[in-house]
Amino acid sequence: MVTTEVPQKKRRLPSRMVLREWAEGYLFASPFIIGFTVFIAFPMVYAIWLSFQRWNLLGDPQFIGFANYAKMLTSERVNLSLYNSGYYTVFAVPLQIILAFLLALALTQKIKFRDLYRSGFYLPLIIPLVAWSVVWQRVLHPEFGILNDMLGWIGIPPQPWLFDPALAKPAFIFMSLWMIGRMMVIFIAGLTNIPPTLLEAASLDGAGYFRRLWSVIIPLMSPLIFFNAIMGIINSFQTFIPAKIMTDGGPENSTLFAVLNIYNEGFKFFNMGFAAALAWEFFIIVMLFTGVQFFLSKKWVYYED
Amino acid sequence: MATANTVSNIQIAEIAARRKSRRKIIERVWLVILQILLTLFLITFLVPALWMVSSSLKASTEVFAHPIVWIPESPQWNNYVRVFEILPFGTFAWNTLLVVVFAVLGTLFSSVLVGYSFARLRWPGRDIFFGLLIATLMLPEVITLVPRFIIFRELGWIDTLLPLTVPYWFGATPWTPLYIFLMRQFFKGIPLELEEAAFIDGASRFRTLVQIMLPLSKPVLATVAVFATLQHYTDFMNPLIYISSIDNWTLALGIAGLNANESYKASWELVFAAGTFMTLPMIVLFIFAQRYFVQGITMSGFGGR
Repeated sequence: MVTTEVPQKKRRLPSRMVLREWAEGYLFASPFIIGFTVFIAFPMVYAIWLSFQRWNLLGDPQFIGFANYAKMLTSERVNLSLYNSGYYTVFAVPLQIILAFLLALALTQKIKFRDLYRSGFYLPLIIPLVAWSVVWQRVLHPEFGILNDMLGWIGIPPQPWLFDPALAKPAFIFMSLWMIGRMMVIFIAGLTNIPPTLLEAASLDGAGYFRRLWSVIIPLMSPLIFFNAIMGIINSFQTFIPAKIMTDGGPENSTLFAVLNIYNEGFKFFNMGFAAALAWEFFIIVMLFTGVQFFLSKKWVYYED
Repeated sequence: MATANTVSNIQIAEIAARRKSRRKIIERVWLVILQILLTLFLITFLVPALWMVSSSLKASTEVFAHPIVWIPESPQWNNYVRVFEILPFGTFAWNTLLVVVFAVLGTLFSSVLVGYSFARLRWPGRDIFFGLLIATLMLPEVITLVPRFIIFRELGWIDTLLPLTVPYWFGATPWTPLYIFLMRQFFKGIPLELEEAAFIDGASRFRTLVQIMLPLSKPVLATVAVFATLQHYTDFMNPLIYISSIDNWTLALGIAGLNANESYKASWELVFAAGTFMTLPMIVLFIFAQRYFVQGITMSGFGGR
């Protein structure tokens, strides 16, 4: 009797209170635990299985080994779609960051109606992107678009924009500059958090505005610049709606971005296996891009402490 | 010596004061210039949006006029009526309302419960699941696109509003992990003592959550509700994939459908009217809930697009 009771006590089973907290913890978190399993983890694994099948949703899936991957790596269209997304991201994100940063600098000066300007520059983000895209399709129209009209005022001849493979991507990048509100708000929050004493100290040392900007403000803001860069990269790589609405990938596939291509393979041509393989390839590339950013960030992002 | 010193000190002070006032004048001039530049830039920035609204009221000939007509000669309110005649936009608005209400309720349900579990309860595996939550914040939606479609197809949910609402009750789809994270951060900031008092009185976890935590969490609940509303109101890719029959279309699909309709290709004013109609509720939301937009972005760094 005694010998069996003592070791049990030493094992220290969690008390009823603790067990109850565990149960409540799982219960309250169960939406996420279930949701993560059903809507994220399982689909990701299922996508790997699918990527080895040929399946158009009609018959049964057919195992074809690495054929989808072989096709993926040699397909000109797939590589072009990745190139398009990369091109878009590499130009759009830095331009967005620079513009958002300049605006944030301007909108933290002692000007009048600051809040009004901030709201104004944020406004395009609350316009539904579908509506925004149909408007921009017309803004960029060669004949009746307002962009060519306005360029005419400063003597620039009308351009074919979305009808010219060489100009379509730059037009998309230009359009993306209207989506800087989120970055701007983050920068404004960061700039208002810079201790004024630091800037005053730099002033007393004789530093002019640009010197303070370069040596104090930008280093202090570098974690936010980095954060905006990461989120910008992830968002830009996923551009879908404008391309689907404005050009459907044209002209000559010059705006066929990666996600649009995956969508087409899956829901236009019903190559479910191939689309799954492409989604995994895309996922790995985006992770690599962000990974490189994290690696490079050690060289330029300044963290206090 | 002493007198000479004081004289020169006074002179130095005078020079310094003069320099200071000169610097103040320069600063004031610079601020005026900045104000003018910002105003010009903001107007240019808002041109596409203003053009949309103004063109939605133009006669069909006015839309294509050169130079641009900014204020329509006689506002064609009839354009809005015609949009509703061409496509059942009333039905689209109703469907969108259903999607937004049920998706936002689901988002609030899952983010409150899961956020509370991560913030307050201790259970084995919590940190692992929290890590997974953070990882899903950066997960591109497209990786689960094809498998999720197949899951919902197996369930017989295609062409219903269920795929657009049910997943958000489980908090494991794009953006919802962010809302869970926001909730958790907010709950963590609420002093423990407030809850403990209720426990001593014998209240259950759920009751303290509802009666003590939630009334204190109104700002973060509003932030989540506002962002989730914007997200589901503007969502295009999910409706595009899951909805086929026109009776189930959302506004986003309606605008895309009108835009792609060959018979109305030359009726830009109708597309603009539909776009303005869809944008209006978000503008109203933005005006009334502006501080929650800013709060959400600065609390999380995410939000918007």
